[in-house]
Amino acid sequence: MSKYLPLWPDQASTMASQVDALYIYLLFIAGVMTALIFIAVAVLAIKYRRQPGREAVQIEGSLPLEISWSVIPFFVMLTFFIWGGVIYFKERTPPADSTEVYVVAKQWMWKIEHMEGQREINELHVPTGQDVKLIMTSQDVIHSFFVPAFRLKQDVLPGRYTTLWFKATKPGRYHLFCAEYCGTNHSGMGGDIIVMDPQDYAMWAAGGTSAPLQETGKELFAAFGCSTCHRSDAEGRGPSLQGVYNSPVVLEDGRTVTADENYVRESILDPTAKIVKGFKPVMPAFQGIVSEEQLNALVAYVKSLAQPPTGTAGLQNQPAASPAQPQNMQVQ
Amino acid sequence: MATTTVIPATPAPKLNYLNNGHTLKSWLLTTDHKRIALLYLVSVTAMFMLGGFFAMLIRLELLTPQGDLMQADTYNKVFTMHGMIMVFFFLVPVVPAVLGNFLVPLMVGAKDLAFPRINLLSWYLYVAGGLLFLHCMLNGGVDTGWTFYTPYSTVGSNTNVIEAGLAIFLAGFSSIFTGLNFIVTVHRMRAPGLTWGRLPLFIWSNYATALVMILGTPVLAITIVLVAVERSFHLGIFDPNLGGDPLLFQHLFWFYSHPAVYIMILPSMGVISEVIACFTRKRVFGYKFVALSSVAIAVFGFLVWAHHMFVAGISLYAALVFSFLSFSVGVPSAVKVFNWTATLYKGSITYATPMLYAFGFIGLFTIGGLTGLMLATIGINVHVTDTYFVIAHFHYIMVGGALMGYLGGLHFWWPKITGRMYPEAWAKLSAMFVFFGFNLTFFPQFILGYLGMPRRYWQYPPEFQVLNVLSTAGASVLAVGYLLPMIYLLWSLRYGPIAGDNPWGAAGLEWKTTSPPPTFNFDETPVVTWEAYNYDEIPEPKELEAPVAR
Amino acid sequence: MHDSRATTSAGSTPVGSTHGSTQVMTADHEAHNPALLHHFADAQQQKNAASLGMWLFLVTEIMFFGGMFCAYLIYRLAHFNAFAAGSQQLNIWMGGVNTAVLIVSSVTVVLAVKAAEAGKRKLLTGYLVVTVLLGMTFLVIKGFEYAEKFEKHHVPGPTFNFTEKFDDNGKQIPVNPKEAELFFSLYFAMTGMHALHMIIGCGLFSTLAVLAWKGHYTTNYFTPIENAGLYWHLVDIIWIYLFPLLYLISRHT
Repeated sequence: MSKYLPLWPDQASTMASQVDALYIYLLFIAGVMTALIFIAVAVLAIKYRRQPGREAVQIEGSLPLEISWSVIPFFVMLTFFIWGGVIYFKERTPPADSTEVYVVAKQWMWKIEHMEGQREINELHVPTGQDVKLIMTSQDVIHSFFVPAFRLKQDVLPGRYTTLWFKATKPGRYHLFCAEYCGTNHSGMGGDIIVMDPQDYAMWAAGGTSAPLQETGKELFAAFGCSTCHRSDAEGRGPSLQGVYNSPVVLEDGRTVTADENYVRESILDPTAKIVKGFKPVMPAFQGIVSEEQLNALVAYVKSLAQPPTGTAGLQNQPAASPAQPQNMQVQ
Repeated sequence: MATTTVIPATPAPKLNYLNNGHTLKSWLLTTDHKRIALLYLVSVTAMFMLGGFFAMLIRLELLTPQGDLMQADTYNKVFTMHGMIMVFFFLVPVVPAVLGNFLVPLMVGAKDLAFPRINLLSWYLYVAGGLLFLHCMLNGGVDTGWTFYTPYSTVGSNTNVIEAGLAIFLAGFSSIFTGLNFIVTVHRMRAPGLTWGRLPLFIWSNYATALVMILGTPVLAITIVLVAVERSFHLGIFDPNLGGDPLLFQHLFWFYSHPAVYIMILPSMGVISEVIACFTRKRVFGYKFVALSSVAIAVFGFLVWAHHMFVAGISLYAALVFSFLSFSVGVPSAVKVFNWTATLYKGSITYATPMLYAFGFIGLFTIGGLTGLMLATIGINVHVTDTYFVIAHFHYIMVGGALMGYLGGLHFWWPKITGRMYPEAWAKLSAMFVFFGFNLTFFPQFILGYLGMPRRYWQYPPEFQVLNVLSTAGASVLAVGYLLPMIYLLWSLRYGPIAGDNPWGAAGLEWKTTSPPPTFNFDETPVVTWEAYNYDEIPEPKELEAPVAR
Repeated sequence: MHDSRATTSAGSTPVGSTHGSTQVMTADHEAHNPALLHHFADAQQQKNAASLGMWLFLVTEIMFFGGMFCAYLIYRLAHFNAFAAGSQQLNIWMGGVNTAVLIVSSVTVVLAVKAAEAGKRKLLTGYLVVTVLLGMTFLVIKGFEYAEKFEKHHVPGPTFNFTEKFDDNGKQIPVNPKEAELFFSLYFAMTGMHALHMIIGCGLFSTLAVLAWKGHYTTNYFTPIENAGLYWHLVDIIWIYLFPLLYLISRHT
């Protein structure tokens, strides 16, 4: 029966059971409220149906009743808000030791790059029990990375990174959907998340032949000539990139920003947007010169120069100081 | 005291707004709010049929998991045009421009709206927008989804986005003018003695709606202009490749389009208040709270737009704030439902068709509202946003709420508008079709949504088929429920029993004039000395459904 | 509210109305006022309604421009250097003169309303004509400014070219031309929409001037003059915000 008429989605991540618990609570409250209203309407409608010899009794209202049915629902809703907020906070806070995977969305496919160098299209292999953080961007329009079995979804935007993290719990093959309408083949822009036991995953990962992502990045770093200015000995025309990732950077205009993924991305594409204090704006813009995949490799390389991560800047999906997007969009 | 106008026992052909001029010109150049309401009724119904036709196409396509009825591009255009027609050309104007236009001057005891010519202009703008949209449709249509999200609408789509945008821009101005007219009329044209505290709740809710119309619609207008300008001149206001931000579009769009939800539902809430008062023969429980909750909904509605964007890339803290604010709209909505239910207590209840729609409204709006609270809960929203859960939720509000309210109101005021009664038995039957068909269509979609079926999908994994088949089956029942009234209401125009001035024994100034009302509404300007819903002072008709064969 | 309600005659049915002839005629003290529309009780109610309607319309205009102001402020914060550099390329002299022109035109509008109140037909017409001329002056200067943008390739589109730097108190900071293009996109969208309102205003005031010359307005009835004046003031006020936002605030940091 459940194959043809499923009523509940698979639970395959640590988040799934938490979301389901909250959902069941909400279903319970909603069910009770709906039943109360339906029964009240039905009983009152029958009991006070028009009968000869009886007239309606005019009642003006009742202040205590009005207050109680405003205030009590408000407090019930407050529990929804708090519980939902706690779950959301967890969803948006990737653990520091997460494995990172780069995702590039385009009409109409998902391109996946693992740090170890494996590339996949419309499939993502992940091990159970491991925190995985997806760093996602789009080449064209807005898409949305949606895995129902994980109860997770995040829009993927052009021109910036958004992130999503999960810890898979149950091996299996789960739907990956694009949930933001993106044109003709939107409904075909799906794929599979393949969750494997760690040993199976290790076997799968060993099958890859390409170089790790940061190695690709290192080669690109040399090929684009970045290494002539960004030298490791801090004598170059550009700032040294050793240990920059995830640490605060003081800018020419006095502001301090955290060098997260979006900062590194923007500094490559549009270097004059944030000039580091003490340096001249001499770096050319790489917008339109590097592809999204090359950009991911470069970002992975810059990040590898600061391993292991020291700060906590990766804790938020878009940290408050994230530079690649308009600041006040987030604080409205 | 209430002085009901007595009509002569032998119905002389009294001059009313319908027989005052029979030429086409007398309709197309009329400034009579009642005639304009009928013009709107016809045009809005036509758009509803078109939008409903697209809805049937969607449901038929989704009968099977494969995309086999039409091409993906066609499907994308079909759901886009279904959304745009139903939102901008049906739900937004339907209650204010048809029932509101007819009733607002009558209910406040005025001869017309404050600006009759602007009212006519508003209808022409609506028609111009509608025709432009039809032209756009015949020229290949538009496929952006009704939300016009950038950058898909600016650089991704190769369909007639600008033309569709312009059509909606025109419809938007039509609704701004309607709102402006309502506010001025309610402020400046009330009959002597009709204080704010004596206004019918239908007026309160239309007043709140009008506020949203004039504050929100201009923002939509400029947003659409910017999209059109960006498409035509390759500006980069929302294009990330040119330094713009697609999220800004979403903020501006939802700043209007969330309050627009209240444009659609508030007037229907007003209808329900009138209907419940009449068929319980009681003053609405907690009149002041119901009245003020309309205004509260309108005001809070402007503070919650970003709850459409929890997964769009806004910051964690912005999401928390907007989640919290979203619950604030829940309180006044709940207050309304509780007060309506409490009004039933110790009433004298008749199950006339409008009342059946009111019962349906209360139930379906409750479900729609509670699932709205689930969507406001961010932890759940992340999973169900952009899935069929959202589709089900807003159809419970829009169709289960707004449209049920409209149908209830149309039946309630049909004798006033036309002077004829509708056939009660047929009306009850179709109300049942609507209620059960609706639930069968949209309840399975809640389950589909939680299972993870994304919206705007042309094909879907086979395990979702059974629920989709149920939904399509429900849609065909629902279609019958909508077609029946069109037939029997037309029939009643000629064959319906003569209604009399006040067949329901209802309170409210609109029932104190003849049916159909004369051109200037009242032979003498009424002077109001009573509170709203003074049902204890109005004799109840002996046979409430008397003229109708039961 | 209005206590003395009386059924007014249909003596002045609006153009296109077909029901005027069927209305029962009643003796009415307002019947001789040709400007009073049939559905109002008296001239005062009509004036109040028209005035409230106009204010509400201005509210919608503010919301309309508000969307663009909002976009401008957000992007200015996000791309400060580019917006400052773009702003420094605007012609502050033309902008300044235009501001002065608009302020003077607002004064002439006030004087026109005063003249209408006093029933001075020729003076009223004169002020209305002067207002139209000032509005056109604004548009002509704006046209020269736009022409300058074309010459400097500062018009967004394929020919856009921005090599100027942000002069931060003598320090030259290069900026991303894409972001400067965004500044000019907003500049043209905002000033273009404002200019469109100016054109509408000029048309409106020209019509009023003709009607005023023909003696259409009396000391009892000059609501259109007042309401058009409100519109003109609003369009001025929008410019009063546009000018510092676009031209001034990036001059010195």
